[in-house]
Amino acid sequence: MLKVRNLKVSFRTEQGVVRAVDDVSFDVGEGEILGVVGESGSGKTVSLLSVIGLIIDPNAVIEGSIVYKNRELIGLPQRELRHVRGNEIAMIFQDPMTAMTPVYTIGWQIAEQVMTHNRMSKSAARQRAVDLLAEVGFANPAAAVDRYPHELSGGMRQRAVIAMALSCNPSLLIADEPTTALDVTVQAQILDLIQKLRRDHGSAVVLITHDMGVVAEVADRVLVMYAGRIVEHGSKRELFKAPWHPYTWGLLDSIPPMEGARPRRLKSIGGNPPSLLALPPGCAFAPRCRHKFHRCSQRPGLAGTDGHQAACFLPPSERETARAARTPVAAGAS
Amino acid sequence: MLLALIRRVGQMLFVMFGISVLVFLIFFATPGADPAARIAGRNASPETLQAVRLDFGLDKPLPVQYAKMMTKLFITRDLTSFVNRGWKVIPAVMDVVPVTLSLVIGAAVLWMAGGIAIGLIAAATRGSLLDRSLMMLGLIGVSMPVFWLGEVMNLLTQSRLHGTWLFSWVPPLGYKPLSTDPAGWFLTLVIPWITLATLYMGLYGRVLRANLVEAGQEDYIRTARAKGLSETRIMIRHALRTSLVTIVTLFGLDFGALVGGAALLTEVVFGLQGIGKLTYDALKNLDLPIIMATVMYASFFVVTANALVDMLYVVLDPRVRTRGRSN
Repeated sequence: MLKVRNLKVSFRTEQGVVRAVDDVSFDVGEGEILGVVGESGSGKTVSLLSVIGLIIDPNAVIEGSIVYKNRELIGLPQRELRHVRGNEIAMIFQDPMTAMTPVYTIGWQIAEQVMTHNRMSKSAARQRAVDLLAEVGFANPAAAVDRYPHELSGGMRQRAVIAMALSCNPSLLIADEPTTALDVTVQAQILDLIQKLRRDHGSAVVLITHDMGVVAEVADRVLVMYAGRIVEHGSKRELFKAPWHPYTWGLLDSIPPMEGARPRRLKSIGGNPPSLLALPPGCAFAPRCRHKFHRCSQRPGLAGTDGHQAACFLPPSERETARAARTPVAAGAS
Repeated sequence: MLLALIRRVGQMLFVMFGISVLVFLIFFATPGADPAARIAGRNASPETLQAVRLDFGLDKPLPVQYAKMMTKLFITRDLTSFVNRGWKVIPAVMDVVPVTLSLVIGAAVLWMAGGIAIGLIAAATRGSLLDRSLMMLGLIGVSMPVFWLGEVMNLLTQSRLHGTWLFSWVPPLGYKPLSTDPAGWFLTLVIPWITLATLYMGLYGRVLRANLVEAGQEDYIRTARAKGLSETRIMIRHALRTSLVTIVTLFGLDFGALVGGAALLTEVVFGLQGIGKLTYDALKNLDLPIIMATVMYASFFVVTANALVDMLYVVLDPRVRTRGRSN
């Protein structure tokens, strides 16, 4: 349904050109939940923002191809993009506290979106808002519709934001860290809600997160990004069972294990993500990687099978042993 | 919400009472000065002084004096000037209020419309040549002193270009009452309006642009974009709507001050007998009763304008409303 090919996004800054997204390609199928994982600044948000043309920085250069339902979105005039945005592709953002305009009721804001994309009377749009609020779990939607954002808790606000995103039955929902700003219990509720919506509406979901736990919970396929590049992608099952890239190993190590002895400390990935202004010439992860060897000074391409690919030079045969070797070392280091 | 409004009105009355006490004390209880001599004006005869003492109860305690003064100001309204003998102060102030109100309200309409238009256009075309020229023009408007701009306008419209089709409609300086001569009222005020509005238009345009640009970084604007709204709608219904609070605050302060007499320079330049001109003349003649009245009037106007702004906040920002409810 969505095909992104060789997407490159760069920003001209005073210090030079920053390539925030470098040669990223991925697909999203109908009704699929794709988890996009990476640290802050890994380009996950920027790549998805460019899908709906929301990068409005005049210094941004976007190249590549984004095809949505056989329609090329890059280069599409804003007028036409607007009909896609909010209507066919909806997006929800990280912080529900600030995501809604503070001076309007949530019902007004949902109705605004409904009326933007559909010919509908005010009262019908309001009724639609009530229905949507009921669907996302408001106990008393008829009253909630007249609430202002500041009168709701964080979880309720995020539900309202989701209701707004769903108002035009989008076939693709992009959720940018929808649970990061919420309490853990509320996080679980929101993730349940997203899964329920996929079931009921059949929308595909791209879930951007830095939390492997969230991915493990809901995603069908996973895309791991690092420094603006895809370092690994595959089905959730494959990726969690046999991750190939040392960066993915690091991310997985950051989840506390459900079974066995509790580690005294979780392992972390040493060092910091590289500055996008001064990326190492080869593999961007090499400076932080314990398994780097001479080949890493070149840039690895994605390789593997159709269902599972990684950008790493480690020979497939050595991956398992290399990963196994990490555990005692890291435990000792802790 | 109603409760919040009532409370605000109560606060307003309390502040006004405080101001009246303060103004009274400054004039009547300053040590080392005889209020009777000041009320009577320069070179008053001993008989006049005696009459003033009796009239204002200056031999009685301060609270009585205060009550007498306030009675004269607000209830009997028979406070008279001694400099211009027999001139009733309150009617004198009431006579000039329409002039100042006409000037300031007209200018306010102009500068709000112009300022908002400039701010919106500049913010919408941020970084473009249009944006930069508008901001430059705004800066020029802010920098031009109103008395100078007024004189230049007068020079052009009253003499140099008065003969041409461009300004032949401009009537001679002065004020024509709205009730008797609406057309004349409008025509005489057009140039003063433009002059007074120029400064504020530039200022408001620049402030609003900065506010809108800042609002553009907000998450809810990104949400509005993601909803597929048009840029115009985002700008007006979301960015401008949330920036209005700043503009309304500024407006309340400026409007109150101008109606209270800060439009003096404009009034003088255009020969308008307004409240500023009245205060200025009273100060020149040390006409204490008039000064009392105009100071009270001015402070009351500033307080009222601020109270109105606070009430507007309640309308503009639902968050203020809830705070009032929960308290």
